Amino acid sequence: MHVPDGFIDAPTSVATGVLAAAGVAVALRGARKELDDRTAPLAGVTAAFVFAAQMLNFPVAGGTSGHLLGGTLAAILVGPFTGVLVVSVVLLAQALIFADGGLTALGVNITTMALTTVLVGYLVFRALVRVLPRTRPSVTVAAFTAAVLSVPAAAVAFTVLYEIGGTTDVPIGKVITAMVGVHVLIGIGEALITALTVSSVLAVRPDLVYGARDLARPLVLRNAPLAEAQEGRA
Amino acid sequence: MSTRKFLGAALLAALVLAGVVSFYASSSPDGLEKVAADKGIDAKVEDHASKDSPLADYGVKGVENARLSGGLAGVAGVAVVLVAGTGLFWVIRRKPQTAE
Repeated sequence: MHVPDGFIDAPTSVATGVLAAAGVAVALRGARKELDDRTAPLAGVTAAFVFAAQMLNFPVAGGTSGHLLGGTLAAILVGPFTGVLVVSVVLLAQALIFADGGLTALGVNITTMALTTVLVGYLVFRALVRVLPRTRPSVTVAAFTAAVLSVPAAAVAFTVLYEIGGTTDVPIGKVITAMVGVHVLIGIGEALITALTVSSVLAVRPDLVYGARDLARPLVLRNAPLAEAQEGRA
Repeated sequence: MSTRKFLGAALLAALVLAGVVSFYASSSPDGLEKVAADKGIDAKVEDHASKDSPLADYGVKGVENARLSGGLAGVAGVAVVLVAGTGLFWVIRRKPQTAE
């Protein structure tokens, strides 16, 4: 979904760039709480993995392909603030080195593919984890659902920006129908990759999944009275 | 599985996906490209400012073999993103109190 230069006019690109910068600034501040000696390298590897997965375009309907956006995946693995930074680092490298996503459109791309996907994906994920039973399959189901919705959400965000400052005059109804339609299909691919990756990490190192840290809580609660009892005995 | 082993395995997966599997990725236009072309959103699209980058469009300039060119570009991308990302996250992380 990388927007090239020339789709969105200069004033809108600049304004969206300011919005993206503000979002990244908030993420930089929030990520401090999510990152420590153990999770910082994990976040770096997550960024490398998202870059790699974004190269893997999968076919959807009618001569069209899609690829992982990765915002939901990154937010679940390493936290929402860090997730925004993970996708932003990937988008920056793609725009500067691989000529994928325009330089003047970088703010647009960060807004649609980093801020929107993380915001929508992580909110849906948290809401579902709260209502579902506290089990690993629940986390995977929540990840799948959140990822499905995050992709059409990014398509809507693009359509809004296009309506505000598109360089061409295609009626918004046509744009939104086409964009959401194809991105619902791409969302299914996003969801499969996200759920597969999250469940794989949960299988080997559940403690490394930021979005599943609640699962570890009962263990802590059970240990606490034990420790107190031992102190009492001593 | 130790954290070190886990990170190694995840990185290896990224390298294999970008360096080998990417060759088999669909080359059809992506969702936005297709919609843009069908509806005329791309009428005023501009050339990319980095189109002459040695790694533009996920290929190494001058390497004729498509499999090798794309694979090397993918591996280079994974390396760049890993170093830039880890560097950033390491700098902004919560430092242990004893280190101050």
